[in-house]
Amino acid sequence: MDNHVDLNERLALKGVSRRDFMKFCGLMATVLGLPMSFAPRIAEAMEKKRPTVVWMHFAECTGCTESFIRTTYPWAADIILDVIDLAYHETIMAAAGDQAEEILEKTVKDQKGKYICIAEGAIPTKDNGVYGKVHGKTFLEVANHVCKNAAATICVGACACDGGVQAAKPNPTEAKSVSAATGVKTVNIAGCPPNANNMVATIVHYLLLGKLPALDDKGRPLFAYGYLIHDNCPRRGHFENQEFVKQFGDEGAAKGWCLYQVGCAGPETYNNCPIIQWNQGTNWPIRAGHPCIGCSEPKFWDDMSPFYVQK
Amino acid sequence: MARVVVDPIPRIEGHLRIEVEVENGKVKDAWSSGTLFRGLEIILQGRDPRDAHLLTQRSCGVCTLVHSLASVRAVEDALKIKIPPNARIVRNLTHAAQNMHDHPVHFYQLCALDWVDVVSALSADAGKTADLSNAVSGRPQSKKYYEGLKAKLKAFVDSGQLGPFANAYWGHPAYKLPAEANLMAVGHYLDNLRQQVHAAQMTAIWGAKNPHLQGHLPGGVTVVGQLDADRLAKYLYMLKEQIAFIKDVYIPDVLAVASFYKDWTKIGGNKNFLAYGDFPQSDKEPESFYFPRGMIIDGKLKSLPVDPTKITEDVTRAWYENGSPLYPAVGVTQPLSGDALKGAVPDTTSKDGKYTWMKAPRYDGKVMEVGPLAQCLVSYVGGNKEIKETTDMVMKKLGIGPEALMSTLGRIGARAIKCLVNAQAAEKWTMELVENIKKGDTRTFTEYKLDETVNGQGMGLNDVARGSLGHWINIEKGKIKNYQQVVPSTWNLGPRDAKGQKSAVENALIGTPVADPKKPLEVLRTVHSFDPCIACAVHVIDPKTNEVYEFKVS
Repeated sequence: MDNHVDLNERLALKGVSRRDFMKFCGLMATVLGLPMSFAPRIAEAMEKKRPTVVWMHFAECTGCTESFIRTTYPWAADIILDVIDLAYHETIMAAAGDQAEEILEKTVKDQKGKYICIAEGAIPTKDNGVYGKVHGKTFLEVANHVCKNAAATICVGACACDGGVQAAKPNPTEAKSVSAATGVKTVNIAGCPPNANNMVATIVHYLLLGKLPALDDKGRPLFAYGYLIHDNCPRRGHFENQEFVKQFGDEGAAKGWCLYQVGCAGPETYNNCPIIQWNQGTNWPIRAGHPCIGCSEPKFWDDMSPFYVQK
Repeated sequence: MARVVVDPIPRIEGHLRIEVEVENGKVKDAWSSGTLFRGLEIILQGRDPRDAHLLTQRSCGVCTLVHSLASVRAVEDALKIKIPPNARIVRNLTHAAQNMHDHPVHFYQLCALDWVDVVSALSADAGKTADLSNAVSGRPQSKKYYEGLKAKLKAFVDSGQLGPFANAYWGHPAYKLPAEANLMAVGHYLDNLRQQVHAAQMTAIWGAKNPHLQGHLPGGVTVVGQLDADRLAKYLYMLKEQIAFIKDVYIPDVLAVASFYKDWTKIGGNKNFLAYGDFPQSDKEPESFYFPRGMIIDGKLKSLPVDPTKITEDVTRAWYENGSPLYPAVGVTQPLSGDALKGAVPDTTSKDGKYTWMKAPRYDGKVMEVGPLAQCLVSYVGGNKEIKETTDMVMKKLGIGPEALMSTLGRIGARAIKCLVNAQAAEKWTMELVENIKKGDTRTFTEYKLDETVNGQGMGLNDVARGSLGHWINIEKGKIKNYQQVVPSTWNLGPRDAKGQKSAVENALIGTPVADPKKPLEVLRTVHSFDPCIACAVHVIDPKTNEVYEFKVS
């Protein structure tokens, strides 16, 4: 079998024109904060054999997977079929039980040090991690095995990045981030869930430059988490003018004033929501009149709550 | 006799293990295990009640939103808050859009591959596939399109990197669709991956983003600024697109698949169904619910009244301290830990062995199935005209009666029927919202007091994508004293109870044919027909507040 079918040919067969593909590469360059001149290099990087990705689910809610499949340019189907070789993903894969386990084992063995691991979910560690299991093994065992043998581990979402909701006080299962549980250094695409664009852009960065993007001290890619929500917020002018929503449903709410006094965590939260928004630019929390809850900051369930009270 | 364990069950939300005992080519016994415990109810204690909807929404990112709805309703019940009509409508529109997202994704992305053989599609004749799509689909495609699709599929398979389609049960004798129907279905599998993006956008109009919406809170909704012509028109336009997809593609595909698998109307059924009902059309609940509240017992097509106080949860076979079954609001069970947990290895062989993190909800001691089938049956006999008409149309096309709905296939069909009817109702509700705004009513929020003097108990009962969902809250001195969720997937996928009664899925699996115990494709069919969503089902506990720290044993 020919393992090196030309990408243009593959895309053409998928009904994706060269123009569409370059548009995607241009978008990715923008999200990554790279000059547009990088678009051809992104295209070049993706024209190789599809890199193998295993996507692990630990203690989580699958919201990050759901967010990921909301991507367009490229559509999720195109990423899964044309950009990466998604060998293992429990929410999507056809194989079940022993056959699913077999794929995972084979990938870890045959492609040791070459595959990318995407981790969604935290690792319960209390009582040796028995609070989360798959195929009879604890997530702790599975994470140690799969993440340690990967070329890189990319954590998607608050749970994998810092323990997330199950690690909120009193953390009944002593859930930890993938990094804290396994000792593996990870890229942390923070958020509950993260925006699909930020997940896709990180993967593309890796494919393009052969290395992971520049990160902040919390392991978050700077291209997405380099600025405070507050700094790019369209309601910032109202903050400066001291025009605040005092109560939901009041005059200020109707006028789209600043949500700081009803608990907005925008001034303490690093994320690019105001710039790229959500669901193809349909909306984002502050535009919808709801305070930011700081979901891309570590321990936000404890540190940013109560969510509707001024910080 | 062979014991077969399927772990992981793929194409669901969460971590589920199914064990079956196979004898003479059929399932003789079955055990359903949730293999993850998260403890969200413990985490909720002591927090601001208004935060609960954000936290509980993280129970599940697939049926995202619905725990938020259940939670805000529970808090509003506890604090006696009446929300403005616009908030009620906006919530209904968001919830309806969530169903329009969730149900087609279940059919195409999560369950279709149990019925559709992707590899067989490679041998389809493109011309005949075009003829088939002309005959059955509202969006027929040309021979040229199917030639292209087949070539794409072939290029993918030839690449040797099969990705998510590797190592599945392709070629299994239980696959019955002709190659052409398989190819048509593969095309729609890809189409829906795109379509679902639009459905998610509809929820984001009212809920800021999807997954994990941020537009609701106790008292109403925050999206007062979204109530303009542009946003309303966008929702309405996308709704029409979604209705067209459901009518032209989803329903015809369900009918096409069903026509080849009619034997599955006799497999995988239950006889007891419970539906809390949902979509309030005024502030009278449950009287004004569009999908009514009710239950069906012993398969008799008659809707009986529901008394929520008869709901109990049993933990005999789950990894919790034993106790008598109790009403959720007063439950006092605790998760096992340390040595008592014995490594959380499912014990399905001893008489009272514990084998799951899911509890066993019962109604008046009875096992009940919940979900779109229950909603559809209760609505069918409970006076929902649109459900009756659509169900009758589907049954007529398939030449089956209502009893055939109580089956694996019926579960899949009912989901599509409910999805269509719900979407069409949303059109009417959108116009109602438009009328209110025309009249100058833009209220979206009701103010209320919440401080250390406030106490109250509340219940939020919803009927969501996977079935009847209840949240119970106890507020003391303005904080959460206790919180419980009794979720659809524990009704359907929980364990046996003290009396040994099997759960809905365990019971439904009995008698399922298994052609090859090493490739239990048929087991997946029935399990997937329930649309398992396990992340929310695995943290369902109701501990004593003052004993939280007992779980901090290390």
